[in-house]
Amino acid sequence: MTYLAKPKLHHPSLAKNRVGYTRRDYEGKISTLCAGCGHDSISAAIIQACWELDIEPHRVAKLSGIGCSSKTPDYFLGNSHGFNTVHGRMPSVLTGAYLANRELIYLGVSGDGDSASIGLGQFAHLMRRGVNMTYLVENNGVYGLTKGQFSATADKGSRSKKGQTNSDAPIDLVTLALFMGATYVARGFSGDKAQLVPLIRAALAHQGAAVIDILSPCIAFNNHAGSTKSYDYVREHNEAVNRLDFFPQREEITAEYGAGELVQIRQHDGSVVNLRKLHTDYDPTDRIRAMSYVQEHAARGELVTGLLYVDADAGDLHEQIGTVEQALNTLGAAELCPGSAALEKINASLR
Amino acid sequence: MKPTDIGAPDYFHKVVDCQWACPAHTPVPEYIRLIAAGRYDEAYLVNWVSNVFPGILGRTCDRPCEPACRRSRVEDETADGRGRKEPVAICRLKRVAADYKEDIRGLLPQPAAQKNGRRVACIGAGPASLTVARDLAPLGYEVVVYDGDRLAGGMMRTQIPKFRLPEEVIDEETGYVLDLGVEFRSGQYVSSLKELLAEGYDAVFVGSGAPRGQDLDVPGRKTAAKQIHLGIDWLANVAFGHVTSISKRVIVLGGGNTAMDCCRSARRLGGEDVKVIVRSGFEQMKASPWEKEDAMHEGIPILNNLVPKAFTHNGGRLTGVTFQKVRSVYDENGRRTLVPTGEPDPHFECDEVLVAVGQDNAFPWIERDIGIEFDKWGLPRLDERTMQSTLPQVFFGGDAAFGPKNIIWAVAHGHEAAVSIDRMLNGEEIAVRPAPTTHLVSQKMGIHAWRYDNAISVDRRLRVPLRDIGAALKNIKIEVELGFDPQLAFKEAQRCLNCDVQTVFTTRLCIECDACMDICPMDCISFTHNGDEEELRLRLHAPALNLSQDLYVSDTLKTGRLMVKDEDVCLHCGLCAERCPTGAWDMQKFLFAMTHAGAGCRTASAPHSQPAAA
Repeated sequence: MTYLAKPKLHHPSLAKNRVGYTRRDYEGKISTLCAGCGHDSISAAIIQACWELDIEPHRVAKLSGIGCSSKTPDYFLGNSHGFNTVHGRMPSVLTGAYLANRELIYLGVSGDGDSASIGLGQFAHLMRRGVNMTYLVENNGVYGLTKGQFSATADKGSRSKKGQTNSDAPIDLVTLALFMGATYVARGFSGDKAQLVPLIRAALAHQGAAVIDILSPCIAFNNHAGSTKSYDYVREHNEAVNRLDFFPQREEITAEYGAGELVQIRQHDGSVVNLRKLHTDYDPTDRIRAMSYVQEHAARGELVTGLLYVDADAGDLHEQIGTVEQALNTLGAAELCPGSAALEKINASLR
Repeated sequence: MKPTDIGAPDYFHKVVDCQWACPAHTPVPEYIRLIAAGRYDEAYLVNWVSNVFPGILGRTCDRPCEPACRRSRVEDETADGRGRKEPVAICRLKRVAADYKEDIRGLLPQPAAQKNGRRVACIGAGPASLTVARDLAPLGYEVVVYDGDRLAGGMMRTQIPKFRLPEEVIDEETGYVLDLGVEFRSGQYVSSLKELLAEGYDAVFVGSGAPRGQDLDVPGRKTAAKQIHLGIDWLANVAFGHVTSISKRVIVLGGGNTAMDCCRSARRLGGEDVKVIVRSGFEQMKASPWEKEDAMHEGIPILNNLVPKAFTHNGGRLTGVTFQKVRSVYDENGRRTLVPTGEPDPHFECDEVLVAVGQDNAFPWIERDIGIEFDKWGLPRLDERTMQSTLPQVFFGGDAAFGPKNIIWAVAHGHEAAVSIDRMLNGEEIAVRPAPTTHLVSQKMGIHAWRYDNAISVDRRLRVPLRDIGAALKNIKIEVELGFDPQLAFKEAQRCLNCDVQTVFTTRLCIECDACMDICPMDCISFTHNGDEEELRLRLHAPALNLSQDLYVSDTLKTGRLMVKDEDVCLHCGLCAERCPTGAWDMQKFLFAMTHAGAGCRTASAPHSQPAAA
């Protein structure tokens, strides 16, 4: 945390993207989180991803619940729409916003408390409905705002800063998301932006419910020996199944790859995800296999990261319920309220 | 790359661009902070220790520090209409310390209680000699300064017009030196070095300047000699009141700072139509940009690419100057030749001409058979570090050493010569130079509190208030610049980035959380794998393209990567340290001081000084 605003001066080579903004234009207010918080690093990754994707800030809606993680939308995309909602209720508010206006890019930011405890039901239903959004879980395994009690994602057997051992079974949000029908599921680490930024870029372009579970060490309460969510532990146990590069539809694919088999996945919107396999036996398009793979490795104490599952042909909620294409706020009164004759017609069809 | 050795005095010194560029290595950010705090006495003394003439230099310095200032690499030039990044007004802040200090005499060294029996003669009472005197007199040396003029100051008094540098400032600052128990033999021109050496001085310092103005050998020069004057002689005559007026139409020939002083002086002595006419193009002129601006501000046109061809006259009375029009052509080595354009030769009418086309050294008073060798340009053969001539007890400095430079170089030479003299007369090898002293101290006071103001001002460079031009042109002794007042000085001082407060990185404390990299407004910090410098510079968070600025490279971190910081555009805002959860970054003030003459410069009595680098 700092009290000073980040100076406006910038590097002379700072570039503008296609829509005329520099990376700095995607920043928000100065963070009030603890120095070294993984969440700040995730904010930086979001800023980088949005700049690289040439997203116009006013086309993004960022929604969050309550908690350290849910404070962070104040610290990035200062010129975007935002809604800091009720604890655990970001998915409902986001779903509503999405139904009213499908033209925005929806970014939900939450934490392990907000999503795996109070908001677990909301999390599950958002996934199964296929709301077209990117759900980032900034997962540190503790309740940082209330001084470091174990959260629902804390691993069984991990030790708190004060020395207690966690006896509860952890909720694995990746497995849950796969199970509930999310169509883009990934796990990243706040300390590895080379992996995280492309994961966020591909998720933002994904036309369906995209979840990234991001290990984000809590410097104040969960970065000690015995923690399974510390910088050291995550680095030691990180098993990246693939490295990805994301190319929006208009970009030529230029990346060159060394060793490892290359898998190309073309998403619904024409964008391409290039995956270089690090685990040759891993297939990110097989949902059932992905679930067992994640669990098998977890049982061995390994933390599987990377793009774990993607359904390139995913559909979303609007498609399923056949809603109107336009945002509701652009419709006239006659369309929004067609009158009693129309109601009669509908009623008649249901008799 | 290898890990950076931050213990080497030069590493952090180079980061303090202004101090590194200053020939006397004045600790600029240190005194600017003191000015911001209103501690003018201390700011003055920090200067005085390094450069001896803060009030004079604060008005007249060539300010090599300012083009070096980091501010001129980091500002957003698009923020207002100026379209350029501008350095801190370091020079004029220095003047603030001199203007607003109280009586500092009690804080200066006292004359030596006991003389050490050694006698040193300084020839010329200009900045170089007075620096030698200041450094040596308090140590007990019997220093005798000779000058042909009645008053001390040398070119500072004779060549710099009073509207830029008031007499009382020269009196005050030369006085501080002479009051240290220095014997000033005023009005005693040394006409024979041989005779002077025969008086048994243990060492002689020659700081006699470059007193001879170059002339222009073109037709009409001799015939119209009465209305054609050599610039520096004319300025000296003005300074001493021998010349008090000039004709209405004046042409100044030459494009250096002397030419600027000539034309502005002429404007004040009756010149109504004063022009500067220069051989070179405007950009290539030797005058400092601000001196050109000052002249133009006073309604003096500068005409370029005109080579004087002849002085025209009517029966010996000057009527004007004829020029040849040229353009500059550069060969592949960047050497310039002036090629005539073939256009008709323009003629400019005038009543008097001031010739300011260069200065030469002149040593008619040094016998050529006493062991002092001269090169083909008439300059003494010297050791560039020790300032020693081929006659071991004779040293040179200032313009007398390597030709015309400026005051701050003269001061730097004086310090070096004083060290040489002090070591030599203590029986020590003078080729061995004393190491500088350095201090590196954490500025941390609390979680977000530092001992320096780390907020970055986005103010643009402030202009020094000027006297109304009508009043300024009426009297040659009225100072044009009013100087910053304390409020303006504070605002300008806040533009300083405190480059001496260094970002110090401790590898073993770093947990690689990226917090510093993410917060750095200038994208200076990268965590990446090692490589050759050339290749590494291109793949950093932001490319490090300024090769004159170093990369700060850590030891190998836990993940096998390194922290690499490009020093180039760091704002020294300390946000990396504020965001660091483990204190791997700290902001530490680096104070670098040259070792001057005295016990500290001698090997025998300075156990802490390091031997010269192998």
